[in-house]
Amino acid sequence: MTSVAVEARRPRRSAPAKSLAFVRRHLLTLWSVLFFGYLVLPIAVVAVFSFNAPKGRFNFQWEHFTFSNWTHWNAIPGIQSAVQLSLEIAVIASILATALGTLMALALVRYGFRGRGTTNFVVFLPLSTPEIVLGASLLTLFLNFSTPLGFKTILIAHVMFCVSFAVVTVKARLVGFDRHLEEAAMDLGANEWTTFQKVTLPLIAPAILAALLLCFAISIDDFVVTYFVAGSRVTFPIFVWGAARVATPPQINVIGIAFFVIAVTAMLGNVFVQNYRAKQA
Amino acid sequence: MTVEAAHPPPAVAAAEYDIRLIGLTKRFGDDVVAVDDISLDIDRGHFFALLGPSGCGKTTTLRMIGGFEEPTEGRIELGGVDVAPLPPYKRDVNTVFQSYALFPHLSIFENVAFGLRRRGVKGSQLRTRVIESLELVGLAGLEKRKPRQLSGGQQQRIALARALVNRPRVLLLDEPLGALDLKLRKEMQLELKRIQHEVGITFVHVTHDQEEAMTMADRIVIMNGGHIEQLGTPTELYESPRTAFVAGFLGVSNLLEGTAVAEDRVKLADGTEVRCPREVLGGRSGTVQIGVRPEKLRIGEGAGNTLSGTVTESAYIGVSTQYILDTPAGPVTVYMQNDRPGGQVATGERLTLSWSPESTFVVDTQEGTQ
Repeated sequence: MTSVAVEARRPRRSAPAKSLAFVRRHLLTLWSVLFFGYLVLPIAVVAVFSFNAPKGRFNFQWEHFTFSNWTHWNAIPGIQSAVQLSLEIAVIASILATALGTLMALALVRYGFRGRGTTNFVVFLPLSTPEIVLGASLLTLFLNFSTPLGFKTILIAHVMFCVSFAVVTVKARLVGFDRHLEEAAMDLGANEWTTFQKVTLPLIAPAILAALLLCFAISIDDFVVTYFVAGSRVTFPIFVWGAARVATPPQINVIGIAFFVIAVTAMLGNVFVQNYRAKQA
Repeated sequence: MTVEAAHPPPAVAAAEYDIRLIGLTKRFGDDVVAVDDISLDIDRGHFFALLGPSGCGKTTTLRMIGGFEEPTEGRIELGGVDVAPLPPYKRDVNTVFQSYALFPHLSIFENVAFGLRRRGVKGSQLRTRVIESLELVGLAGLEKRKPRQLSGGQQQRIALARALVNRPRVLLLDEPLGALDLKLRKEMQLELKRIQHEVGITFVHVTHDQEEAMTMADRIVIMNGGHIEQLGTPTELYESPRTAFVAGFLGVSNLLEGTAVAEDRVKLADGTEVRCPREVLGGRSGTVQIGVRPEKLRIGEGAGNTLSGTVTESAYIGVSTQYILDTPAGPVTVYMQNDRPGGQVATGERLTLSWSPESTFVVDTQEGTQ
């Protein structure tokens, strides 16, 4: 009764006041939309221009719509081998880095050992060091050891900077891990290896998968470090950089968007599966 | 679940130890002694409680039996074999953890089947045993659920089923009822007791709740500061505590300081002489403390020991009234049944209390008594 009375007594507001209130109420939404636009607009432009049929060598002006860039994605000499190399490096590097990173995270969270603090610090170093410094110092290292530059050096470099991301991702999951679960497994007759397989691994699997996807995404688009250590090998980012000086074929957009879609789909898939599982449980 | 072994009568079981701890010690670092030279025999088929305040070493003792902590010194014998150097998975014990530690990624069925699968039990035998075990704890039909879909009480039962399905020699329970609310806890106390009788396995139950230990256990060991204060049946511990700590930890006690003046007589501070059984005084001389439980005190003159004092506080508890008397020998608590109308005693009134010498116990004087 009282609430109805209050409602009735509320004064009618003028139109400008109303719109002001509307803006005030939706300010956060508006801000979010603007910010999101700022993030995706460049990607959207790249996507749209992957369907362009440019007149000259540069794909900067919209001419007309075509699918031919997608159907003839490897029509540019060298692009196919560059994509292939990037994929090979990314797959191998992310698997190696995630495996290493998972083991490192386990050691860092579980055991107190001499040099743990230092290791924790060193793991963070590649995350905070400028890539150009990383690349230059790696190159110096390889030259000093007279390592021939190529596939191996690119792989080593990628594993190095991916490992940190893997460690950080898996560590976050392990910190909240109930150690009693492993004790319970051993109490029920599982030895160390079975305990790891049946209890530890399934429980940290989402973090491992996330680390894998993250490493893949970081590896496949790395340019700066790769450029230093690649020697004569050409990865996709290096190819783009080289090509951009004389031309920007729309195939570059095609490959870029394809990578982007694959990465985002995999990540969304991971999130979706995790949420579904969480709901099931 | 079929009854596998009848609850063995204590007289027969007395010769048979399931667990034997010999000089068990656990130090953390250089100066923290969690468990200090404990020796203990636990009879087969008993419900045994390790009782003590937090930090007394009871959980560490249990974890050493389970294999999760390595003893610094001493032996842990399970059925006569020293298991101290063995990992948990090579010991014939199972644990119910305080946090239950159910595997969140496995169904209830797989949780309970975990131990059996490790031993290679398969197919219909596996299924039968898991279902039997779930029936034992009254939760058959939930095997397809995940642990998170169950209530705290149900999770507790699943943890119990998961441990019992392996038919271990000994079941270790680490404050298993700590996370449950009062009503559920009372229910589970009786339930645990029933299950223990049904399966006849030795239970070692760690708790800080004295009432819980008294209700459930056949035998209780009271621990304090890493060592054993006293071991006995609930009645023994309550009726004749041997230390001031036990007297204070298990229920309410009136402890009064005095001097042993004869084989069965103690003179209190105000000169009152108190009689007690000879074996209770046990040949002590010098300063001792005599104790008597509040419910053993009668109001008015009577046979045996008497003491008078002024009522300083009274608290009405419904079924009885608690009075605190100031006597020349020290403060004394007494419970009086509210069985007559208008029977209340006012603050400031003088009362005379009496109790029988048989209800008197004696403990050594020590620091920090209550």
